[in-house]
Amino acid sequence: MKILVCISKSPDTTSKIAFTDGNKQFDENGVQYIVNPYDEWYALVRGLELKETLGGNLTIITVGSAADEAIIRKALAIGADDAVRIDADPKDAYFTAVQIAEYAKTNGFDLILTGKETINYNGSQVAGMIAEAMDLPFVSLATKLDINGTTARMEQEIVGGVQVVEASLPLVVSCAKGMAEQRIPNMRGIMAARTKPLTVVAPAAVEDLTAYVEYGLPAAKSAVKMIDPNNMDELVALLHNEAKVI
Amino acid sequence: MNILVYINSSNHLAKSALEAVTYAKKIGGTITVVATGSVDDSTLATLGEYGAERVLVDRSVATEDSQQVTRMIAKAAESTGAELIIFSHDLVAKAVASRLSVRLKAGLISGAVDVPNTANGFTVKVNVFSGKAFGFVSVKSPKKIISLLPNSFQPEKTGSACPVEAFDGAAGTAAIKVVETKIPEGEIPLPEAELVVSAGRGLKGPENWGIVEDLAKALGAATACSRPVADIGWRPHHEHVGQTGVAIRPNLYIAAGISGAIQHLAGVNGSKVIVVINTDPEAPFFKAADYGVVGDVFEVLPKLTEAVKKFRSTPH
Ligand SMILES: Cc1cc2nc3c(=O)[nH]c(=O)nc-3n(C[C@H](O)[C@H](O)[C@H](O)COP(=O)(O)OP(=O)(O)OC[C@H]3O[C@@H](n4cnc5c(N)ncnc54)[C@H](O)[C@@H]3O)c2cc1C
Ligand SMILES: Nc1ncnc2c1ncn2[C@@H]1O[C@H](COP(=O)(O)O)[C@@H](O)[C@H]1O
Repeated sequence: MKILVCISKSPDTTSKIAFTDGNKQFDENGVQYIVNPYDEWYALVRGLELKETLGGNLTIITVGSAADEAIIRKALAIGADDAVRIDADPKDAYFTAVQIAEYAKTNGFDLILTGKETINYNGSQVAGMIAEAMDLPFVSLATKLDINGTTARMEQEIVGGVQVVEASLPLVVSCAKGMAEQRIPNMRGIMAARTKPLTVVAPAAVEDLTAYVEYGLPAAKSAVKMIDPNNMDELVALLHNEAKVI
Repeated sequence: MNILVYINSSNHLAKSALEAVTYAKKIGGTITVVATGSVDDSTLATLGEYGAERVLVDRSVATEDSQQVTRMIAKAAESTGAELIIFSHDLVAKAVASRLSVRLKAGLISGAVDVPNTANGFTVKVNVFSGKAFGFVSVKSPKKIISLLPNSFQPEKTGSACPVEAFDGAAGTAAIKVVETKIPEGEIPLPEAELVVSAGRGLKGPENWGIVEDLAKALGAATACSRPVADIGWRPHHEHVGQTGVAIRPNLYIAAGISGAIQHLAGVNGSKVIVVINTDPEAPFFKAADYGVVGDVFEVLPKLTEAVKKFRSTPH
């Protein structure tokens, strides 16, 4: 079983969000980057569990600069066998996905896992794009994944319930909550990560189709209106007359 | 401009489908809807009231198979000469819009919250950083795809019923097979709910959820919860909202006994109106709230339920 897990970096979930350069750039000042939670907690850990029971190899891949090697080492410390870094600025989802697909095409993976979305851009784009570029089936936002021979069985949350689906390998799956439990790397893992192979690959020539031209922060909320806990009739009246939501 | 709107009409026309057609109408152009699902022709024809000029439907396509849906939409896009394709940003769109982007080499804007600005190119406002900021994305490719965040536009009727035609999407065989579907009866699905009552660790234990459900029932609301509550098994996982759970944008979000951690807010900050009930006047959630009640959920929730019942039983 050869598994590829796509890892991206994202700002720590408590980061202060601000912009510089006339609102054209994300302000990285004081921002701590982490492995995108969906990639780490769900895709990587479930990939490792599958590898541990079925045997095989788990490679992580990221499209990014040398500065991203800290998050690569973290994923190696959690248990990935080896890592690939495509040496390019991940300009947009299309650019990123095609880079990953180009690498994956020549390396014969049975399973390609991604997170549900990056928590900074929330696009949920990269996985489907990889699948299309490789002409593979794709299951999005899976909350469970089991492999039996060459068949994968997954659960997805659909509106109001759960859907169980099956597909044959090779397959692309994006992973959401429920798939696995977070793993904290131990000292041995952290030591081992230092010597695990990390291959740096030159990017393919791919154009980008989209670009962020500007950012902004939502208008500050007007001050909260406090209601006496003994006067819920007033709250209901406000929700009806003022907020017009009931 | 020729616009194609994709609609997945599994058992009913979701509100988000009407929003997507309304959105296309606001952009302006010749609007064709391409649909999958089991909804009958006369229901699909009502999409004309929101701006569609015609509806193409291929009921043989399996929506769980993103390859099939992608092939079908690509064919519809070609036959209608679509320059812009619009989705509602749901589970199917998240799998299909991205595939279609590669297939058509069309730049994809996901999570749009406004109509495109075409004054200088083609730029669309989107939510980024889990709702903590917004961005403007420009598309460079001639063909473009927009996946619209639900509840950004309200459906608006502007016309009358339109023709519905069978369409052969030449979608090929499905590689994904649905083995089972489990849909609990009678609950309002969270992503579609306009009113949501949510509770956190302040409820102390699963046995206390009756007061949350009573309020939800009185309002006709769905129930939700914070992450720790789902993690310790007090509530089912599909109710967990936030950064790592479901992101929702209801008209009303009532948060009882939830502190308002930044990761929780990330999933609910798109709500139109937020009510917070918490014993701690310093709880961070009050900063994100429209209405706040400092008080004990065990006293406030039953009182609020009574007030809602009283309100609902008198005509307005
Ligand atoms: C990477 C990451 C992702 C995360 N993703 C999510 C996510 O998606 N969703 C999410 O919810 N959390 C998420 N979290 C966790 C988040 O940081 C908080 O820990 C969590 O939201 C707290 O849940 P809570 O408010 O229910 O509990 P607590 O923080 O324990 O707050 C309980 C609140 O109830 C109040 N209270 C207590 N008793 C009463 C009473 N009788 N009446 C009224 N009020 C009372 C207290 O004053 C307090 O404010 C994430 C964390 C991380 C690190
Ligand atoms: N630069 C990147 N390198 C590797 N994988 C990525 C990168 N960006 C996104 N991904 C993967 O694609 C998933 C979805 O990202 P997005 O489409 O940006 O929401 C993430 O959870 C990652 O698994």
